[in-house]
Amino acid sequence: MKEMTYEFPIEGGDFIKAGHASSNVKKILNQLSLDPAIIRRIAVAMYEAEVNVVAHAYRGTMKVFISPAAIRVRVEDEGPGIPDIEKAMQEGYSTASDKVREMGFGAGMGLSNIKKNTDKLEIQSKINQGTVIEMITRIKSKGA
Amino acid sequence: MTIENIIKELGWEVFAGASLLQKPVKGVYASDLLSDVMGRAREGELWVTMQTHKNIIAVASLKDLAAILIVNGGRPDEDTRQAADAENIVLLGSNAGTYINCGLLYKLIGADAMVSS
Repeated sequence: MKEMTYEFPIEGGDFIKAGHASSNVKKILNQLSLDPAIIRRIAVAMYEAEVNVVAHAYRGTMKVFISPAAIRVRVEDEGPGIPDIEKAMQEGYSTASDKVREMGFGAGMGLSNIKKNTDKLEIQSKINQGTVIEMITRIKSKGA
Repeated sequence: MTIENIIKELGWEVFAGASLLQKPVKGVYASDLLSDVMGRAREGELWVTMQTHKNIIAVASLKDLAAILIVNGGRPDEDTRQAADAENIVLLGSNAGTYINCGLLYKLIGADAMVSS
């Protein structure tokens, strides 16, 4: 199997559509007859990264690279950036607005959910420019 | 226990997914925070929440949950109901709150399903 690449746009502030890109990718992964538990891990990580763009950034893209060994997801956004990544990684820490929280977003669990469900996570952020998150989930991880 | 068995006992309304009620319920997770559900709910569980917006369908679909129960008499937004149909998600409703529904569910299916799922 060659590496397959998919790209989806993400619109900042559009909570109704949030999850759309992740759902599309999950449908693609379902067709590859991978272990459903692995697909769910990837789905959680993608969804959280997508919601972060919707909640905090102006716009972004989700790129998904599928190879036989791993799924790599790269989410890039134009946005305010993350001033303190270490703090943002702490469960419960969130800068989401009240309106966003009322919808059940902004629990401060997004990045820790991503960390728990990926085998490798890299975050690069520039203030007033944007954030790039790259995450890798191995397909043949232990227990698969 | 299937969704249909539970509905028969507890009298919930079915908003979407009426053809999928034979799905088994492996456990229950109650939460109104989407990331909490993403992090902690398990595949095949029934999700109890007061959220009614469309994003609950994405969460249930991505996590392979058995169904969503909207409590407190909440009605799903029309686009939520449409998304549930499109994604094959069972969407249910109850006039009672989270406490009562979870208490009734616990009596009905106990904790066994929850620890073994």
